[in-house]
Amino acid sequence: MTDLVNLTIAEALDLLNKKEISSEELTKAHIAEMEKGRVLNAFITETPDLALEQAKASDEKRAAGSALGALEGIPIANKDLYCTKGVRTTAASKILSKFVPPYESTVSQKLKDAGTVMLGKLNTDQFAMGGSTLTSYFGVTKNPWNLDLVPGGSSGGSAAAVSAGLCMAATGSDTGGSIRQPASFCGVTGIKPTYGRCSRFGIVAFASSLDQAGPMARSVKDCALMLGAMAGADDKDSTVANVPVPDYTLALTGDIKGKKIGIPKEYRLDGLNPDVAATWDKGIQFLKDAGAEVVDISLPHTKYALPVYYIVACAEASSNLSRYDGVRYTTRVDGDSLDEMYENTRTDGFGDEVVRRILLGTFVLSAGFYDAYYTRAQRVRRLIYNDFIEAFKQVDAILVPAAPTPALSAEEMKNMKPVDVYAGDVFTTPASLAGVPGLSLPIGLSQNGLPIGLQVIGKHFDENTVFQVADVLEKLANFDKTPRRVKG
Amino acid sequence: MALNQETIKNLSTLARLRLPAEREEKILSDLQSILDWVEQLKEVNIDGVEPLVSVTEGTAPMRKDEVTDGGLQRELMMNAPEEIQGFYVVPKVVK
Repeated sequence: MTDLVNLTIAEALDLLNKKEISSEELTKAHIAEMEKGRVLNAFITETPDLALEQAKASDEKRAAGSALGALEGIPIANKDLYCTKGVRTTAASKILSKFVPPYESTVSQKLKDAGTVMLGKLNTDQFAMGGSTLTSYFGVTKNPWNLDLVPGGSSGGSAAAVSAGLCMAATGSDTGGSIRQPASFCGVTGIKPTYGRCSRFGIVAFASSLDQAGPMARSVKDCALMLGAMAGADDKDSTVANVPVPDYTLALTGDIKGKKIGIPKEYRLDGLNPDVAATWDKGIQFLKDAGAEVVDISLPHTKYALPVYYIVACAEASSNLSRYDGVRYTTRVDGDSLDEMYENTRTDGFGDEVVRRILLGTFVLSAGFYDAYYTRAQRVRRLIYNDFIEAFKQVDAILVPAAPTPALSAEEMKNMKPVDVYAGDVFTTPASLAGVPGLSLPIGLSQNGLPIGLQVIGKHFDENTVFQVADVLEKLANFDKTPRRVKG
Repeated sequence: MALNQETIKNLSTLARLRLPAEREEKILSDLQSILDWVEQLKEVNIDGVEPLVSVTEGTAPMRKDEVTDGGLQRELMMNAPEEIQGFYVVPKVVK
C-alpha cells in the first residue's frame, strides 16, 4: 500500500483518478496522522467527522462519473483565520474562542467547490500577529523538525501540519511574511500571491491593505494547484482584481533559460546568518546552472520596510479589531456601563501582542501624530513600491532569502524584545508593502539540520514566472522535505 | 517622541482597553522602544511623494446596488452574547 501521507497532491489526484485509492482511504490516513501528530499542537479544531463525510461524498461523485473539482477528494486544512460555516473559528484568540461563523470565507468555499476535504482548523499567532505561534491563545505549535523550535508564523500550524504530513496542503495568510517565513522554518513551500489575487472575504482581518490568502504545500506544483482553486474575483471583496486566473501548472515548464533574475544588494545584511547566506548563494548558482541571467539590482528603500510595515499594519489592526466589542462575537465580560463592558471584554480577550499592536496603531492614528507617523509611513511605502516597479523594468523575478535565520527556539523567542522579534520579517515585508507575489521554497539545511528557504518575488499578477522559477529551483535543490516525522 | 504614563492611559481609553497597573510599565517601555525604532523613517526624503494607501488604489470595480441576500437575522444573532427578540442587548446607556 502506498504511503498515503507522503504523497503530493499531484500524485494523489493521479491515484484517485485511476481509482487506485479512494478519498476516504486518503482522508482516513491523514486523520490517523493528525491524531499521531497531536504532540505538535498544529490544530486548534479537528473536524474528522466532517472530513469523512466530505470524502465519502467525493468518492460517490467520482463513482457516479459526475463533474469533478480540480482538487477532488484531497484532504486539506484551513488556518483558523478563515471563517468556516458551522465550524468554530478562533483566530487563535480568547475573544473569538467560541465564535462559530454563520458564513464561509470565499477562499475556503472555493476550495470546497474544488472538491477538497477539510480536516480541521490550524493554529496561528493570535489574529496572525506574530512569527512563531507563541501569541496563540491555544499554545505554541511545535516544529516537526525539532520540537523545541517554533514553526514560524503566523501560519505556523499550517506549515507544521503540511511538513509533518497531517494534511496534504493548507491555507495560510500573509500580511508581512506569515506564509513565507513559516514555510522556510518547516521546509515546505508557500506562496503569498499578488495583493488582490485572492478574496479576503471571511478571513479575520488584521491589516486590510496587506492581508493576502495563499496556499502552503509540499511542492511548487501543489501550491500552483491550490492557488488556482483559491484565486479569483469576488463580489464580496472589491480589492480582488477582476483578471483571469491562469492554470498555474502550465507555467512549470522546467526552463528558465535567459530569464533575468535580480539579486538585490540591500538584502545582503551585515552579519547575515552564514547558513542563510550560503543557501542564498546556492540558489543563485542553481539559477546560473539553469541558464538564467543573474543581475545585481538595488531596492534602495528596503531597510525602511520593517518600520513602515509595523506602523501601517498596527494602524489598520487597531481599526479592524475595534469590532470586538462584547456585543456581536460571543464573548462578553460584563461592566456597569457600556464603556466598562467594552474595556472588560477587550482587556480579557486580547493577548499581550495584540494589545501592544492596538495601542501602537491607536497612537500613530491619533490627533497630532497621524502625519508624523502614519502618513509618513504611507509615503515611504510608495517609495518601497516604486523600488520594485523600477527593478522589474530590468528583471523578470527576484531571488532573496525568506527569513534571516532558520527556526528559533520557543524559549529563546519568549524572552526577545518586540523589536527583535519584528526583525524576523526583514525579508518578507518589502514584497508585502509593494503587493507583489512572493514564494518561499526549501533549498537546503543549516549546519544543524534545519530547513532554510529562499523567496522568489515576481511582478504584480505574474505568479506564473514565480512558479516557473521556483519549480526549477525545486528540481535542482532536490530538498528532502520529510522531517523526522513525529511518531507517538 | 517620549511616551509617559499619561499617553498610555489616553491610548488605552481610546482603544477601550484597561491595562492593569503591573502591565502598564512593560507596555510603556515596549511601545517606547518600537517608537524609537520607527524614528529612522525621519531620515527618508519624502518630498513630493504621495501616500500609498493601497496597492489597488483606483481600481475598485462597481457593481449593481441590489439586494442579493437577506433573512439572515437568526444566523447573525447566533453569536450574540446577549439578545432579546432578535436585538443585541448592551448595558443601559441612558440614565
